[in-house]
Amino acid sequence: MKPFTYERPKDVTSALAMMAEVPGARFLAGGTNLVDLMKLQIEQPTQLVDVSRLPLGEIEETPGGGLRLGAVTTNSQVAADLRVRARYPALAQAILSGASGQLRNKATTAGNLLQRTRCAYFYDTTKPCNKRQPGAGCAAIGGIYANTAVFGASEACIATHPSDMAVAMSALDAQVEIASQDGQSRSLALEDLHRLPGETPHIETNLQPGEMITAVVLPPPAPGGQIYRKARERASYAFAIGSVAVVGGRVALGAVAHKPWRAKVAEQALAGGASPAEAMAAEMAGAQADGHNDFKLKLMARLGAACLTTTGAGDDQ
Amino acid sequence: MKTSFTLNGQAASLDLDPRTTLLDALREQLSLKGSKKGCDHGQCGACTVLVNGRRINACLSLAVTHEGDEITTVEGLGTSETLHPVQAAFLEHDAFQCGYCTPGQICSTIGMLKEAADGWASLATADLTADTVLSDEEIRERMSGNLCRCSAYPQILAAIRSAGGLA
Amino acid sequence: MSSVKDWAAPTPISENRSGLIGKGVDRYEGRLKVTGSAPFAYEVEAPSKPAYGVLIASPIARGVVTSADIAQAQASPGVLLVWTPDNVPAQGERGAKINPRSQRGANPALADRVEHFGQHVGFVVADTLENAKAAAALVRLTYEATPADLIFEDNLAQADQPEGEEDVRVGDFEAAFAGAAVRLDETYVSPLQNHAQMEPCATTAWWDGDHVTVHTSIQMVKGGQHTLAETLMIPSTQVRLITRYIGGGFGGKGQAYDDLTLAALAARALGQPVKVAYTRQQMFQATIHRPAVHMRVRLGAQADGRLDAFALEAVTHCRREAPFTEHAANFARSLYAAPNRLTGHRLVKLDIPAAGPMRAPGEASGMLSLECAMDELAEQLGLDPVELRLRNEPETDPETGKPFSTRQLVRCMTEGAQRFGWDRRNPTPGQVRDGRWLVGLGMAAAIRGNFLLPAKAGVRIDADGTITLRQGMTDIGTGTYTILAQITAETLGVPLSQVKVELGDSDFPPAPGSGGQFGAATAGSAAFAAGMNLRKALAELATGDPNSPLYGDDPELVSFGGGNIAVDNRAEPLDRLVARAAPDGVYVEGAITPAADARDYSQHTYGAHFAEVGVDPDTGEVRLRRMFGVFAAGRILNAKTAMSQITGGMIWGVGTALHEYNEVDPRYGSFIAQDLAGYHVPAHADIVDLSAMFLDEVDDKANPMGIKGVGELGIAGAGAAIANAVYNASGARIRSYPLTPEKVLAALP
Repeated sequence: MKPFTYERPKDVTSALAMMAEVPGARFLAGGTNLVDLMKLQIEQPTQLVDVSRLPLGEIEETPGGGLRLGAVTTNSQVAADLRVRARYPALAQAILSGASGQLRNKATTAGNLLQRTRCAYFYDTTKPCNKRQPGAGCAAIGGIYANTAVFGASEACIATHPSDMAVAMSALDAQVEIASQDGQSRSLALEDLHRLPGETPHIETNLQPGEMITAVVLPPPAPGGQIYRKARERASYAFAIGSVAVVGGRVALGAVAHKPWRAKVAEQALAGGASPAEAMAAEMAGAQADGHNDFKLKLMARLGAACLTTTGAGDDQ
Repeated sequence: MKTSFTLNGQAASLDLDPRTTLLDALREQLSLKGSKKGCDHGQCGACTVLVNGRRINACLSLAVTHEGDEITTVEGLGTSETLHPVQAAFLEHDAFQCGYCTPGQICSTIGMLKEAADGWASLATADLTADTVLSDEEIRERMSGNLCRCSAYPQILAAIRSAGGLA
Repeated sequence: MSSVKDWAAPTPISENRSGLIGKGVDRYEGRLKVTGSAPFAYEVEAPSKPAYGVLIASPIARGVVTSADIAQAQASPGVLLVWTPDNVPAQGERGAKINPRSQRGANPALADRVEHFGQHVGFVVADTLENAKAAAALVRLTYEATPADLIFEDNLAQADQPEGEEDVRVGDFEAAFAGAAVRLDETYVSPLQNHAQMEPCATTAWWDGDHVTVHTSIQMVKGGQHTLAETLMIPSTQVRLITRYIGGGFGGKGQAYDDLTLAALAARALGQPVKVAYTRQQMFQATIHRPAVHMRVRLGAQADGRLDAFALEAVTHCRREAPFTEHAANFARSLYAAPNRLTGHRLVKLDIPAAGPMRAPGEASGMLSLECAMDELAEQLGLDPVELRLRNEPETDPETGKPFSTRQLVRCMTEGAQRFGWDRRNPTPGQVRDGRWLVGLGMAAAIRGNFLLPAKAGVRIDADGTITLRQGMTDIGTGTYTILAQITAETLGVPLSQVKVELGDSDFPPAPGSGGQFGAATAGSAAFAAGMNLRKALAELATGDPNSPLYGDDPELVSFGGGNIAVDNRAEPLDRLVARAAPDGVYVEGAITPAADARDYSQHTYGAHFAEVGVDPDTGEVRLRRMFGVFAAGRILNAKTAMSQITGGMIWGVGTALHEYNEVDPRYGSFIAQDLAGYHVPAHADIVDLSAMFLDEVDDKANPMGIKGVGELGIAGAGAAIANAVYNASGARIRSYPLTPEKVLAALP
């Protein structure tokens, strides 16, 4: 790691100020991704602003009947919460299918959303990567790493977002609450938090400089069944090679794009009376495989259809 | 940077390079070498310690972030003469071979049993709203953050069942 | 030389009067390991504050380092030393003194000639680990890359016969195969795998004058000592190598790596102790791996299933400069009867990290092919897979005609089938469901050679009665400490608590180390010999001591038991005898050498695996549901540690079948998986209801104790049982391991 300074602010205002003071400063919450990347010098912060003890660690009821998850609630805390388990089982399942008990005890809600890709070429710093070094090129294109995007990839980047939690939040129509240095706050649909890579894959979210996530708000769940299912190369403690969240008639897919992929084509097809298999076929018709990740087309079509069948989505529409 | 925490019940104070992980602080500065470095990236669990009663990967946690925390490592559990019940169960059931992942497995077990006692669910929990029952399937899923390349998993399961009063 | 016939006589081990042999006693070093107080190599307390070394890896696969700019790194805080090919100290040429096999891939450290991606080309030592790592990133090296052969499949055409080897032919395979009633001709592929030991390679080194002490994580004590001595250009007597605890080896730590070389060189240069550990990423790129193997199996059978023709031809790869052959066909030479046989190996040389031995080299890959092919042939014939194997059970070694020392393969299969409930298997694939899961059963046979190598051991008894066994042997988690304590205690008739075992030190009598599942038999037999020699010395001491109640007795009539030495009803405790008659203690050594006629027998361990899996038709994911193995491996020394070894091996088989593979990037020569998030070893949730049993057996042709190894048998064939179960569950016959969701899904209708 390169040397850095360490600050532990008492509140959001001072946290944002500390971020602004030092170019290259980064927020540190659970650290399970940032410290990992700092060891490889993929991340080289000049200052760490430790937000893990800010008063953003609560899960609260919202007036609208939903839940607000503070930015630094831990993944374990959210998955263990009885309200989450009862009302948002897809979210609990998604969180519990990610990482390990140890990692979930440290990883936070906001940190999970902001984690970076697991693309093998992003992690191997001897390879060109437009995320690490804009303009360097993309070793994954033409490479052999197969856990890459089939939706929304660009000629600059074919990486996927590795989160399980965010996929469920996408299907739950979650909103992200954001504070900025000027004292303003705004709310952004989770769907709009992450970006597709385009020509700037190093810009991964629509957060502006001087902003921080303070909470994720879950609206009351849409009626209908919920499920999160994840395919992976071993039974536990492995990243998804494909995952599906279904909440009522809403469907989101994981490990297929640079962001949690809301399957709107499938949702529309379901609303129009299509069967689960037809709806997923329609969604996957828009996917583009590259020869290495072709398996994701069949995988997502089947897994998506199975999830929709299990939850009964489309049965009574 | 001055940092103080409680380590295995004793006050500890260190002057830390902010880059130092909790794992390296334990192993290289505090001479507590029971917590192991297997991958240094949160991918194996050999460094598992308990912080405020919860299990974490010490390799991914900067030591300076632990101001005021209560940290328990394998050295704080039992001695060779007076083993902690989980340590005794691991010995009796031969729940290790090379022994490198073992302190992490043992700390993880203690943390896992507490999580289950607190009613936390896991991916193996069929009914997320029901009470937690630590079946074999539950233990296996909850302990999956601790790799054992010698592959003592059946023996680890037996040890945990016995230590957790389940067998 | 001795004869195996000498080994049939009763011994304290076969008599087992205290019942210690076979007893599942707790691990000797277990309390240290469960309390985290067993010091591994990086954790040893050095005589003064150590400095920290960090290695720098090459980003190119082949070429030369053309320049090095170390100014920035040298100016970085806390830096004590920066080495690149430009300024690394001279190193001696290696390999003169020891088996060249243990020198596989041993370039001088930091050579300017790059032979694979990840080869170490720079080294930084600093006062702290943090400073060393930060400085390492500041070293600027330039390279001139040259073309490299990186991909096994692309280079199959250049496959050559390994030097000094010939194909083994019996009868006329081609004619018999052409005329066979039922034929199978399939190619199976096993992948490149990494050892992924939990403990990365590590060394702590310091000097005292012209003597160096190194604590390092290595399976072979003498090999490491001699390698380092040659590198440092000093006599081996000036190198003390200690390896008390090893956090997993599996063959991958059979040789010295750059941590050992550079820690020793830097400690000399700095005059202070130096510690060096590989990172997890360096473990993947800069140690050895199990190479991929392409295996063509041809089986020609009569209608009743008896094989007329059998061929297994294996093509594998190694690093260009480090010849190594994964002998994936060898096991098959002794497995099934067939009068016409062909087995052989071919080797492709590549510019990737060195291939080398990994748990059950040969069998672990090879059995994935034949044991799958037998399943396919059984289906063609309409025979049960167990029955097909029973019909091809040979009476003598099918290649050499030599008698088997012991062979209980049939009983392993029949006993296993009965206990597992094999009769519930539906021979038609894809018929059984449990919820969404497709459920199937599969089985495979297991065979793994048994070996005995020369070894020595020393044992002493002190005046307080403590008996200490010392051996330059290692315990890589296999239970060596424990079984040596049991052997020594049983041989001398003392309780376990009276025995100490000290291993892993080049100052101790040499043993070959841990590998090839020869450890227990080899080290154990030497310890037994030493124990017998100590009995003899004590008998002579007692019968020659006028103050002993045994004075004047015939030493041949002396017996040992309960901590006493006795003739008839005259006895005295050993500690009293030694305190009086030899107050400085008694030390003797013992040795074992292979019997002159050992090779007159075909000698193996055997087993049978039975597995039940579920296949998820939505995702192609395979999950183990239960697995059971029955094994015959000679006399079992410790029920607990032997069971752990065998189930551990079976789990490696599960990983081989379902999870583990690495691939080489065709542009860069780097592995695609360079950490434990990318390379999947089985996690706890993958291993469901897995157990095993041993059949009673004593192999009196194996060694004086009738024991055999168990460390590698468990993996042999295990992966094929899983693959066969996947076929039975789903109809997906996948001949390229591992059976990832991607491959299974593609094969599902």
